[in-house]
Amino acid sequence: MSGGLITLRTARKPKTAPTVLRPAKSKLLTVLLGLMLVYSLVPLAWLFINATKSQESLLSSFGLWFAEDFSLIDNVVQTLTYDDGIFLRWLGNTMLYVVVGAGGATILAVLGGYALAKFDFVAKRAVFAVVIGAVAVPGTALAVPTFLMFSEMGLTNTPWAVIIPTLISPFGLYLMWIYAADSIPRDLMEAARIDGATELRLFLQVCLPLLKPGIVTVALFNMVATWNNYFLPLIMLRNEDLYPLTLGLTAWNRQASTIGGEAIFHLVITGSLLTIIPLIVVFLLLQRYWQSGLSMGSTKE
Amino acid sequence: MTAVAPVVPEGSAVRRRRRVGASRSSTGWAFLGPFMIVFVLVFIAPIIYAIYLSLFRDQLIGGSIFVGLDNYLVAVQDGNFWAGLTRVSLFLAVQVPIMLFLSLLAALALDSGRLYGSNFFRLSIFLPYAVPAVVATLMWGFMYGTRFGLVGNINELFGLGLPNPLSPDLILASIANIVTWEFVGYNMIIFYAALRVISPSLYEAAAIDGASQLRVILHVKLPAIRGALVVAAIFSIIGSFQLFNEPSILSTIAPNAITSSFTPNLYAYNLSFSGGQYNYAAAVAIIMGVITMIIAYAVQLRGMRKDGQP
Amino acid sequence: MMNHHRKRIFTGTSVFAVSALALSACGGSEETTETDAALEEGGTITVWAWEPTLDQVAEAFEAENEGVTVDLVNVGTGDEHYTNLQNAMRAGSGLPDVAQVEYFAIPQYILGESLMDLSEFGAGDYAEGTFSDGPWNAVTFGGEGIYGIPMDSGPIALFYNQDVFDEHDVEVPETWEEYEEAARQFREADDDVYITSDQGDAGQVTTMIWQAGGTPFSTEGTDVTVDLTGDEGTARWAEYWQPFIDDDLIMPVAGWTDEWYQALGDGSIASLTIGAWMPANLESGVPDGAGSWRVAPLPQWEAGESQTSEQGGSSLAIPEGAENAELAYEFMQFAGVDGGVQERLDSGAFPATLEDLQSEDFINREYEYFGNQQINQVLSESAQNVVDGWQYLPFQGYAHSVFNDTVGQAYEGQATLEEGLGDWQDDLTGYGRDQGFDIAE
Repeated sequence: MSGGLITLRTARKPKTAPTVLRPAKSKLLTVLLGLMLVYSLVPLAWLFINATKSQESLLSSFGLWFAEDFSLIDNVVQTLTYDDGIFLRWLGNTMLYVVVGAGGATILAVLGGYALAKFDFVAKRAVFAVVIGAVAVPGTALAVPTFLMFSEMGLTNTPWAVIIPTLISPFGLYLMWIYAADSIPRDLMEAARIDGATELRLFLQVCLPLLKPGIVTVALFNMVATWNNYFLPLIMLRNEDLYPLTLGLTAWNRQASTIGGEAIFHLVITGSLLTIIPLIVVFLLLQRYWQSGLSMGSTKE
Repeated sequence: MTAVAPVVPEGSAVRRRRRVGASRSSTGWAFLGPFMIVFVLVFIAPIIYAIYLSLFRDQLIGGSIFVGLDNYLVAVQDGNFWAGLTRVSLFLAVQVPIMLFLSLLAALALDSGRLYGSNFFRLSIFLPYAVPAVVATLMWGFMYGTRFGLVGNINELFGLGLPNPLSPDLILASIANIVTWEFVGYNMIIFYAALRVISPSLYEAAAIDGASQLRVILHVKLPAIRGALVVAAIFSIIGSFQLFNEPSILSTIAPNAITSSFTPNLYAYNLSFSGGQYNYAAAVAIIMGVITMIIAYAVQLRGMRKDGQP
Repeated sequence: MMNHHRKRIFTGTSVFAVSALALSACGGSEETTETDAALEEGGTITVWAWEPTLDQVAEAFEAENEGVTVDLVNVGTGDEHYTNLQNAMRAGSGLPDVAQVEYFAIPQYILGESLMDLSEFGAGDYAEGTFSDGPWNAVTFGGEGIYGIPMDSGPIALFYNQDVFDEHDVEVPETWEEYEEAARQFREADDDVYITSDQGDAGQVTTMIWQAGGTPFSTEGTDVTVDLTGDEGTARWAEYWQPFIDDDLIMPVAGWTDEWYQALGDGSIASLTIGAWMPANLESGVPDGAGSWRVAPLPQWEAGESQTSEQGGSSLAIPEGAENAELAYEFMQFAGVDGGVQERLDSGAFPATLEDLQSEDFINREYEYFGNQQINQVLSESAQNVVDGWQYLPFQGYAHSVFNDTVGQAYEGQATLEEGLGDWQDDLTGYGRDQGFDIAE
């Protein structure tokens, strides 16, 4: 570790420093962080509470408490069946974009991050600078040119128009780079090479297993990014049948301002709730993996 | 656009170690190749195309003509553009530090081991990150209503006179609140993960020296996660400069407070799609990109230079 | 996303639950005498539209013409629709055969030479006596060519909540003077009630200027006049409306938002001056208002007059470069003039065809939501009293997109309406010049 004022001196047993390593619990600190917790959870509570209200009581009851009628089930049924069940179709699309787009992005990031971490090659140092630089250019600048290019290639209004751009995850590349650098011992690679392993075998059989927590982490964050993707589909897709959930929900929200359209704010709210549940569940189920993936290399130290 | 996913720790130890890898140039490129091919297709090619487009002007009457750098000259004198840039700069100067500070506090609190139920805290504060920006904005938009929204409810219930969060004076703060809500937990997790990596032996040493909690934080913890702080800052800066989803969705309910050039990104979008001035929009966006890049690199350089001076 | 949802109120159609009168299913108009090769040959056409009643029209068209398939795609509403259309036009591929185009957007496409002149298909037949003047003038843009077949129209009227007026003992206004009085009475009577809401809406404002006799925009070839500061009708409206902002006579809530629907439902917005397509939206968005709402003629500048204007409405048009133009035209005729019109009226659309506007069935239809009032008598009357001579700009879409940047600021107390209109004028003049027009102010 560099940069610390305090440097390592003689190693002692942990129990000699109990106040630092095992401090007493603090109520004050807990209360303070509790405020932040409230801030984080109140809007989600609001979302849940209002998903239990019908369109009518939504407009006439107090926002942070339940209305007299409890219409959650009814709302969910309506959300799933409205307009011939288009919500389920959007859900399916979102899943497709996540599996192919975020999955592909993860594969590319793992390969690229591994290369950056473990090989010296021409222009390597420039690569990440270029990637970060490109990310700095606003997406709107690229919207029209990308649209025109994709249009030439006949890709607009197809799932590919959404999937291909999501294949690039600069953050994923960065994370895998750091993770691979930290978690694959150089000696192990050299030993495998001396044993005559090909580079592909070396990667697949020796290195890949070591990268697992990092891969799960990158996959999860790519999944969130793809699940939340809005701008690209907005430009690229014309057909409602191809919409992801985010686009579909805004279309429903806008419907209230369409002549002849029906105001369905209660379905927008219920749909929003249904949209975030899968992500929350995945994060909770996989928390062990992604948290250890983020604390990269902690086992080693 | 919303903040590009922020970040993760970048230990300086990592940087040094990574140069030691085997020097097999072609193999390296073979692994990096797939990423780079797609990257060129979806980033580099459109950027080059955008630069090309920015050299023309397309008129309803008269068609497309080559104008050289004219669009850029117009842009640097465009009051709307500068107003938008000033607005996101203000946003950047206020929202990003507050958010990162809160994230850091929370991460330090979690890491201190002094919290009751820290697992619950960690996950709950992180949850908003799983909410799509679109949903988050719709939700906050509903809550911001002074008549029927949560703000209105609270005013009625407590007889308060909370100001309208959607008024021109407060709208930027209201947007900052949404963005902070979305990303505070995310950055907290990043910092927390970086803190966990710090070797316990450093704390022991500090304890032996009799260092206070504050000293440990200032002299052990913060320096150790500097890499994470720098990268989080860079991604937050990029996110601020690209602010788009939140103002764009809120503009339905606050049409006058959020003008068509509220942020440079919104401006570029409206120029392209409401005004058909995609050539000019390309020039505006490229200038924004260059400015963002310069600031991001500056932060990175500064962060790294410090890193080299213990 | 899209900044300017408000534009959407320009769509001019309503869908009623088909509960109303079940009219005879037969279309009610004669077949065109020309035998049409395109129809016999069959084929597929792609139609981009968000108008919901076109579903039934497409089905009926397919049923009537074997071998014809109508691929109806909703590519977005308002802004998004035009973005997609513009993108496809630019890319020169993926164009639909038929696109819904609102009246205000037509001039833009005419100048860009992106729409086909329908004269070559014989649309000239409809020049006299088929459509009401407002829509027909819009699709011809005062010139030789015909660039769309009108689908509907949106003559405006005063929609009001009878219960709220009764409760506060306020008379339904017949002139704008009375309207202002009524507005003040509401404010005095109840702090929560407003005569209407307004947060600055380009569509609403242009409509009001139009009724006030204003003609701030005019176009002749590439010569465009933008006169928002000197035009009399414009000034008349701005002077009249300024006190409404200053004296808190209008609810500061943007139209079409959840708060707006809430306010309509709980009676805190007492009335709307809005297009004839509004009934369907009230019925679906404000179910609480059933039985309370009524329709009255638009308030007048001088007592005894009956001048109105139009808000919204759409036509169907063929983009230049469409693959199946002949068949597309057949579909448009069906939807706008022939059998399709009845299909759409049955679903609650408000017509642009004179024959239907004057038909007994239509005029005498009673609406339960409106306490069995025959609202079409008022609306149809309004359609026939639209003030002549109004023109939109050939870049009206852009004009709407910057309306809130300029005039909208007056609603926030940052400027007066007059100053806001001046800013709007400057912006439009600058934009027009950039686009190669000759602009006179």
